Amino acid sequence: MTIDALPLPGPLLEARSVERSYGRTPALREASLSVTSGEVLAIMGPSGSGKSTLLHCLAGIFTPDAGEVWFGGRRLDTLGDARRSELRRTAFGFVFQFGQLVPELTAADNVALPLLLGRTGRRQAYQRARDWLRRLELEDLAGRRTGELSGGQTQRVAVARALVTRPKVIFADEPTGALDSLTGEKVMELLVGLARQEGTTVIVVTHDARVAACADREVMVRDGRVTDPYAGEVVR
Amino acid sequence: MTVPLTLLGLLDREPSYGYDLKRDYDTYFGKGKPLPFGQVYSTLGRLARDGKVAAGPSEPGDGPDRKRYAITPLGRQEVEAWLAEPAAAEPFLQTVLFTKVVLALMLGHDAQRFLDVQRATHMRRMRELSEIKRDGALVDALLADHALFHLEADLRWIDVTTARLGALAETVRRA
Repeated sequence: MTIDALPLPGPLLEARSVERSYGRTPALREASLSVTSGEVLAIMGPSGSGKSTLLHCLAGIFTPDAGEVWFGGRRLDTLGDARRSELRRTAFGFVFQFGQLVPELTAADNVALPLLLGRTGRRQAYQRARDWLRRLELEDLAGRRTGELSGGQTQRVAVARALVTRPKVIFADEPTGALDSLTGEKVMELLVGLARQEGTTVIVVTHDARVAACADREVMVRDGRVTDPYAGEVVR
Repeated sequence: MTVPLTLLGLLDREPSYGYDLKRDYDTYFGKGKPLPFGQVYSTLGRLARDGKVAAGPSEPGDGPDRKRYAITPLGRQEVEAWLAEPAAAEPFLQTVLFTKVVLALMLGHDAQRFLDVQRATHMRRMRELSEIKRDGALVDALLADHALFHLEADLRWIDVTTARLGALAETVRRA
């Protein structure tokens, strides 16, 4: 069973007046946002503004306390845990600042893993993993354990792993946060360039303006609200 | 101030005609702001008057007669001194951004909106520069990097000012 986005016109992914609190602390207050297919969007904002919480709600990792999340014309936030997990595995890819790879496994193992979990045959999974590692300029490191790789190499493996399932959307949370400027730039260049080639939507949370400048547009999150910096208005 | 010194520096490589100097200047330093021919020749005239360059005799070319300029020992000394001296690390606090924010607060205008619009303008320019970096030659990419880092510094200032806008408003209205 797979859950595909319906080929509808309009936004691919949408948050409508989403609210989410941690205990008594509100993280999102009526946050609304829509993202079109193939778009590269940057979500910016100060630390603690709610930008990562918004990303997690959009990706179906968190369920909102109020409001709605729609993906491809279907309500995402009302799906059960199993369906949301499946959606994350089949339609979404993730790149985090660190921690998403298994350090004891090789780069090829890590990239093939989501395919193997999705019941792709072993031979085909590893073939595709190697193809993606080559596109990320990592073919020589396919057999190396990711725990032995540099920060930049690790993030490129993470990008390969996020793209290997040909997801509709990639969610990236501070993907270059632990990298120096040049290395981070290289990672972003590869992530955005390859996503554009594949027609994949990218939503990247970042506090780094140079990373955000790789996107088609950016929104700001302040005190849990999404603002459109071009209008200076709260997005409804 | 940097145009005369830059032209002197270019002449320090080899004697050149005004046309060639302008071409090299525009290629490396004049991105988006080419040097007018009039400024090239007036600058060379002043440098010759001050003994920093020497103009050769008029030579026939494809068009009007032209002169080849060569740097003098005095000119070379000036270029070397300029290159050895670091540029002033100015804080740029009294920029137009700062002035506009303070004036907006003093006049009771929406300073937050100004900062948001300014932020969007900076981001738009940063996207253009990022594209230049992706598609351009190394010289263009490095010049774009310089502009990007400066714009990024402005953005950080915009973010810090946004976070402290309430306190700044109280300060300037009390004054």
